[in-house]
Amino acid sequence: MNHEPSAIDLSVDLNGIEMRNPVTVASGTFGYGQEYADIVDLEKLGAIVVKGVSLEPWDGNQTPRMVEVPGGLLNAIGLQNPGVDGFAETYMPFLRKHDVPVIVNVWGKSVDEYAEASARLSDVEGVDGLEVNISCPNIKEGGIAFGTDEKMAAEVISAVRKSTKLPMIPKLSPNVTDISIFAHIAEEEGADAISLINTLPGMAIDIETRKPVLANVVGGLSGPAIHPVAVKMVWQAAQAVKIPIIGMGGITDAATAIEFIIAGATAVAVGTANFTDPATCLNVVVGIEEYLLRHGMKSVAELVGTLEV
Amino acid sequence: MNIENASILKQEKVTGDYNVLVLDVPGVSAHAQPGQFVHILVPRLENHVLRRPFSLYGVEDRTISILYKRVGKGTAALNLLQPGEEMSVMGPLGNGFPMECDCHPVLVAGGYGVAPLCFLAEKLGKKGDLFVGGRSEADILCIEDFEKLGWNVHIATEDGSVGQKGLVTEILDAWLNERADEDKPVFYACGPDGMLKALGNLAESKGATAWLSLDKHMGCGAGACLACVHKLRKKDGSEEWGRVCKDGPVFECREIVWET
Ligand SMILES: Cc1cc2nc3c(=O)[nH]c(=O)nc-3n(C[C@H](O)[C@H](O)[C@H](O)COP(=O)(O)OP(=O)(O)OC[C@H]3O[C@@H](n4cnc5c(N)ncnc54)[C@H](O)[C@@H]3O)c2cc1C
Ligand SMILES: Cc1cc2nc3c(=O)[nH]c(=O)nc-3n(C[C@H](O)[C@H](O)[C@H](O)COP(=O)(O)O)c2cc1C
Ligand code: FES
Repeated sequence: MNHEPSAIDLSVDLNGIEMRNPVTVASGTFGYGQEYADIVDLEKLGAIVVKGVSLEPWDGNQTPRMVEVPGGLLNAIGLQNPGVDGFAETYMPFLRKHDVPVIVNVWGKSVDEYAEASARLSDVEGVDGLEVNISCPNIKEGGIAFGTDEKMAAEVISAVRKSTKLPMIPKLSPNVTDISIFAHIAEEEGADAISLINTLPGMAIDIETRKPVLANVVGGLSGPAIHPVAVKMVWQAAQAVKIPIIGMGGITDAATAIEFIIAGATAVAVGTANFTDPATCLNVVVGIEEYLLRHGMKSVAELVGTLEV
Repeated sequence: MNIENASILKQEKVTGDYNVLVLDVPGVSAHAQPGQFVHILVPRLENHVLRRPFSLYGVEDRTISILYKRVGKGTAALNLLQPGEEMSVMGPLGNGFPMECDCHPVLVAGGYGVAPLCFLAEKLGKKGDLFVGGRSEADILCIEDFEKLGWNVHIATEDGSVGQKGLVTEILDAWLNERADEDKPVFYACGPDGMLKALGNLAESKGATAWLSLDKHMGCGAGACLACVHKLRKKDGSEEWGRVCKDGPVFECREIVWET
C-alpha cells in the first residue's frame, strides 16, 4: 500500500518507550522478530515484544503443545527459551540492527530469579524495556501464580523495579476476581506501564481416547474468543491507574484493536492473529490511521480512553 | 519465505479421500525445494485461527501442487474450493531433503508421505527404488508418477489388497538382505512416526543414512511459536527441542530422539 505521509500522529510513549505507532506484538507469538522478518517489515511496528526469557535456559512442556479450539487456540508451550545469555547472544545482534524498540518479556520461578534476570537484561545493549510476565507459578511458594496473589504480585514487581532502570511493564493475569486491584498494585510498585491480558486457563479433551489433547493437560486460551473478556479488563484497569496500558487479547484487525484504545489502552499487541496472517499488525496500523482520519482526529492519543457510557 | 495470494488452477480427486490442488503462486514456487512445505490459510473456515501445513507435491514455473487427504474441517473446506478462488499461501517453509546423492536412492513413503517424495524423485537427477506402504489399496498413491520417471516401485499393504502383504519396512528389509551391496542405499522417507522410527532403526543397523521428514502439529509454521518441536540429539550427545517447521521437517535419523 502506498501511503502519503499523513498529518496524523500515531506515535505513543510508554513512559520511556517511544513507539512510532501504537501496535506491537504479543510475547510468544512473534518469536524474536527475525522469524517473520522475511514477510513483515519490523521497522513498521511500534515495538517488538519477544518470547518470554528466564535466567537459565528452560525446556518447556512435552508435545502436543497447541490445539485449535473454536475462535482461538490453547497453548501449553511451557515458556521454552534459551535463557538470558542465550537470548542476548543469539537474538540481540539481529534486533540491534533494526530501528524498532525491543521489549523483552521476562519470567522466573522465584522472586530472586525475576530480579536477577531483569538485572542481567538491563545490561544488554539494545533492550528498551521489560515486560514482566507474572502469570507464572512461584515454585518456592507452593506453585501459586505470582499474578493471582496480591502480596506475591507486589513483591515480584517491587523486586524487578529495584533491579532495573529500564521501563518496566508488568503483564497482568486475567485469572483474578478484580483486575483493577492488580493494576493498582503494579502502579504503586513503580511500573511504567502495564499490559493485559495473558491467556485464560482452558482444556480440551479427545473424546475417543478420553485423554487431554495437550500433554500438559491444561493450556492457555487466546484468540478472538477472549477479546470481549480482554476489552472489559482493559477498561477496568484503565479506570484504576494513570500509567499507560498495552491492551491485547484476540485482536484480528483494526476494529478489534481500536476497541482496546477506546477502552483506555495507549498501545495494543497482536498475538494469535500473527499465526493466521503475519501481516495483521501492519494492517492494524493502516486501519487505525484510516479510522482517525475518518473521525477527524489528529493523533491516536486523542482516542485513548474515550469510551462514552 | 514469502506470503502470497494464490489462485486455484485445478482441484482433482485422486482416489478415496485424496485430492490434488494446483495453485498459481509464483512468489512461492520460485525457490521451492523437495521436502519443503507451504502453510495454507483455508478460506471460508470461520472461527479457525491456524493455517494448515502441506508438503510440496510438485512445482512448476509459477505453480505448486499439493496432495491432501481429507481428515478434518480444514481439509474438508479445502475440498469445496473451485478453480478461480483465492487463498493465502505462506512458503516455501523449512529445510528440504539434501539433493546431492552419490549413493543409491531409496524412497520410503506412507500415506500422503508420497507427496514430497514425488517431487524429490523428479528433482534428484538419479533413479532408484520407491517403497510405499499403507493400510489398503486406497492408501497407495501416485505410483504412476514414479513409474513414469523410471523408478522401481515396491508396494506393501497391511491387508494385502495390493502388492505384498505386510509393513513397508518389512518388505524393505527383505529387499535389502537380498540385494548385492554394490552401491550403498541412502533413504528418504515421509510417513507416520511408526514407519519413520522403524526405518531409522533399519538404516542405523545397516550403517546407512536416512533422511526423515517429520509431521508435527503446527502453529505458526515460521519457527516463532515452538508448538511443533521434536526432541533432537546434538553432536555432543545432549538433547534439545528442535522446531520441525524451521529446523526441519527433514532430519537425519541419528538426530531424532523417539519417545519410548
Ligand atoms: C510438514 C507437514 C507436511 C504435511 N503434508 C501433508 C500433505 O502433503 N498432505 C496431507 O494430506 N497432509 C499433510 N500434512 C498434515 C495436514 O497438515 C493435516 O492433515 C491438516 O492440517 C489437517 O487439517 P484439518 O483441519 O482437516 O484437520 P483438523 O480438523 O485440524 O484435525 C483432524 C484430525 O487430523 C489430525 N491432525 C491435524 N493436523 C495434523 C497433523 N499435522 N499431523 C497429523 N495429524 C493431524 C487431528 O489430530 C485430528 O485427528 C502435513 C503436516 C505437516 C506438519
Ligand atoms: C503460543 C503462545 C505463546 C505465548 N507465550 C507467552 C510468553 O512467553 N510470555 C507471555 O507473557 N505471554 C505469552 N503468550 C500470551 C500472549 O502474549 C497474549 O497475552 C495472549 O495470547 C492474548 O493475546 P491474543 O489473543 O492476541 O493471542 C503466548 C501466547 C501464545 C498463543
Ligand atoms: S509451528 Fe511454530 S515454531 Fe514450528
